[in-house]
Amino acid sequence: MSLTKKDFLGLYNSSAAEIEEILNTAVAMKDVLTRSVKKVPTLRGKTVINLFFEPSTRTRFSFNLAAKRLSADVMNINKSASSIVKGESLLDTARTMEVMGADVVVIRHSAAGAAQFLAKNIRASVLNAGDGAHAHPTQALLDMYTIREKLGKIEGVKVLIIGDIAHSRVARSNIWGLKKLGAKVSVAGPQTLIPLEIEKMGVKVYTDLDQALQETDVVNILRIQLERQEAGLFPSLREYREIYGMNEKRLDKIGKKALVMHPGPMNRGIEIESSVADSQQSVITEQVRNGVAIRMALLYLLAGREANNEQIN
Amino acid sequence: MNRLIKNAMVYDAQNDKQGKYDILVNNEKIAAIEPLISDSGINNLEVIDAAGKVVIPALIDIHTHLREPGFEEKETIKTGAEAAAAGGYSAVAAMPNTSPVADNPAVIEQLKLKAAKAAVRIYPIGSITQTSQGEKLSEIGTLARAGAKALSDDGNPVMNSEIMRRAMEYAAAFELPIIDHCEDKNLSRDGVMHEGYYSTIFGLQGIPAAAEEIMVARDIILAEMTGVHLHLAHLSTAGSLNLVKEARARGVKLSFEVTPHHLLLTDQAVKDYDPVMKVHPPLRSEKDRQELVNALKNGEIDILATDHAPHTYEDKLGEFDYAAFGISGLETALALLYDNFIKTDLINWDDLLRMYYYNPAQVLAIEAEGLKVGARADFLIFNPEHNWTIDKNKFKSKGKNTPFNGWQLSGKNEMTFVAGKLVYDDREGRNEIIY
Repeated sequence: MSLTKKDFLGLYNSSAAEIEEILNTAVAMKDVLTRSVKKVPTLRGKTVINLFFEPSTRTRFSFNLAAKRLSADVMNINKSASSIVKGESLLDTARTMEVMGADVVVIRHSAAGAAQFLAKNIRASVLNAGDGAHAHPTQALLDMYTIREKLGKIEGVKVLIIGDIAHSRVARSNIWGLKKLGAKVSVAGPQTLIPLEIEKMGVKVYTDLDQALQETDVVNILRIQLERQEAGLFPSLREYREIYGMNEKRLDKIGKKALVMHPGPMNRGIEIESSVADSQQSVITEQVRNGVAIRMALLYLLAGREANNEQIN
Repeated sequence: MNRLIKNAMVYDAQNDKQGKYDILVNNEKIAAIEPLISDSGINNLEVIDAAGKVVIPALIDIHTHLREPGFEEKETIKTGAEAAAAGGYSAVAAMPNTSPVADNPAVIEQLKLKAAKAAVRIYPIGSITQTSQGEKLSEIGTLARAGAKALSDDGNPVMNSEIMRRAMEYAAAFELPIIDHCEDKNLSRDGVMHEGYYSTIFGLQGIPAAAEEIMVARDIILAEMTGVHLHLAHLSTAGSLNLVKEARARGVKLSFEVTPHHLLLTDQAVKDYDPVMKVHPPLRSEKDRQELVNALKNGEIDILATDHAPHTYEDKLGEFDYAAFGISGLETALALLYDNFIKTDLINWDDLLRMYYYNPAQVLAIEAEGLKVGARADFLIFNPEHNWTIDKNKFKSKGKNTPFNGWQLSGKNEMTFVAGKLVYDDREGRNEIIY
């Protein structure tokens, strides 16, 4: 089993079959995680480098753990821990990765397209762990995995993504992935945080959250960044909470079977009330668990591709 | 010395020329243009057979960045002029956003000194405000006397409408046109590409069409109020074209330019995050591009210009967000325009001359007599059958930042003459600058 491309940069170019394959592989990986010995030798001798140019705790830990569960050698390079800033240094860093014998480089970067740039410049597989507002495919996959696990399917499921769509790579990757597997996707948020012409991605747009909530199976609530308020994109956190925050009253609207998701980290009491985050319907901690399984699946599939290529070449 | 260009296909409707002519050049001037000129009895003569080739006046680019002084790693007056010579220009106008900014006569004088030794003529543009900060007027009268042909704060446009109003009023007295790069900096903010569907899916910060159009509208209103000659740089949106058409209908004195890259590329081209596609104003939507092409076809565009903006390899390397804005355009413009618009009969050679020779000369108030006896011999020899591939590594410009690298074109400038002097020779692929 393997992926056809060297890199995994986003879901825009992935086929439904590829996405299914990743989700199915993750099922087996999740099984590993439930054993008493949570480690398999699959990637022994392989080197995975986590290259994080942006602060991240959860995603980095998740990738780190995923690689370790597969017995790969892992190295973590953080922006704060090195002199890498931008431009040519990204290229130089890439070359350094190459020389260090990386098989897979996991990259997180604040600039859209950074993963693509890296992929073009190194032979190792590149796994995008989030690039600017462009893509965060592993988050989308773990969200999809969670939906499929809880609701039994993705096709026909109605998913509402709430919040700062404009700056969200999570929203974009979710839209591409979910649409490919036949889900019905809507977005809701203040018009200032809805990017232009997003309807062309095949989603419904709501600026009235209460209206959007009337018919949905899943709500995926995005983190609202304080800096968006400072940039004048919405008036105040207080108003945001009132108009776009997920509270108990709104939870009642969507019914007991609907799932509550959040990619984290949460601003409790702002975009999501604690009682919602901790409700029976919340699958937020399950998302974290599934994240490790999805990342194991991708590392396995990418490293598998490499092994196949070595034989071919 | 004498040169005789034989059997050329000559275009210059202003001088009633369209057809096969021989052109005799004596030192700096055109000595004769006749259907047949005999070479007998002319001493010290070089004969150039131009059968199958086109001769037109060499082009004038009203919008270039030569980067010197201050950014010599990107371009120098010498290399920029060489790029212009190779591209088929006899003259370029140099934007003042150097370091120091051309806001005082010393910078203009230095440019003129270096320009005297350059391959093509260079006309200085002075800044509107001191150090182009948009706060205090430059010494506009002094700049005019020093030889500035226009004023612009290109790249750092004047945001304050009161300052712009005063600059226009003041400049009008010196008959200097104001060239404005129309961009509302508050609206464009951290944008790196056109705002639309593609910025949405690429996850890049967008620059709305409104950022340009609002300033176009403001400038038109101020030009109407002050009577200055307003020249709008690199218009890129359908909305800007509409504003200009309305203003024209009211009789506002203005002109505008369009670049080859906005006629040929759209925001979709940003898909690989290659910084060569990063430019101000950004590559716009397909609808905008089509409107620009329609305007080209309908004769509504006044001027074509490159906005030649050379950058170093490092300036354009890496993340799209961090790369510099700009395209190196002098060595591709003519061939791109020929291959895409003249060869396909959307426009003809005389349309090109109107937009790329006569009109820019008129805005800058510089000599452009075309191809006639007694005129300065500024012309180019273009080979429409020359099939070639754009190779940035062959550029004379230091700026290899072209989005057109690898494009296969038919038709190329092969020789450029400036004041009778052969400055660029590409016969047999020599690609040579001659001093």
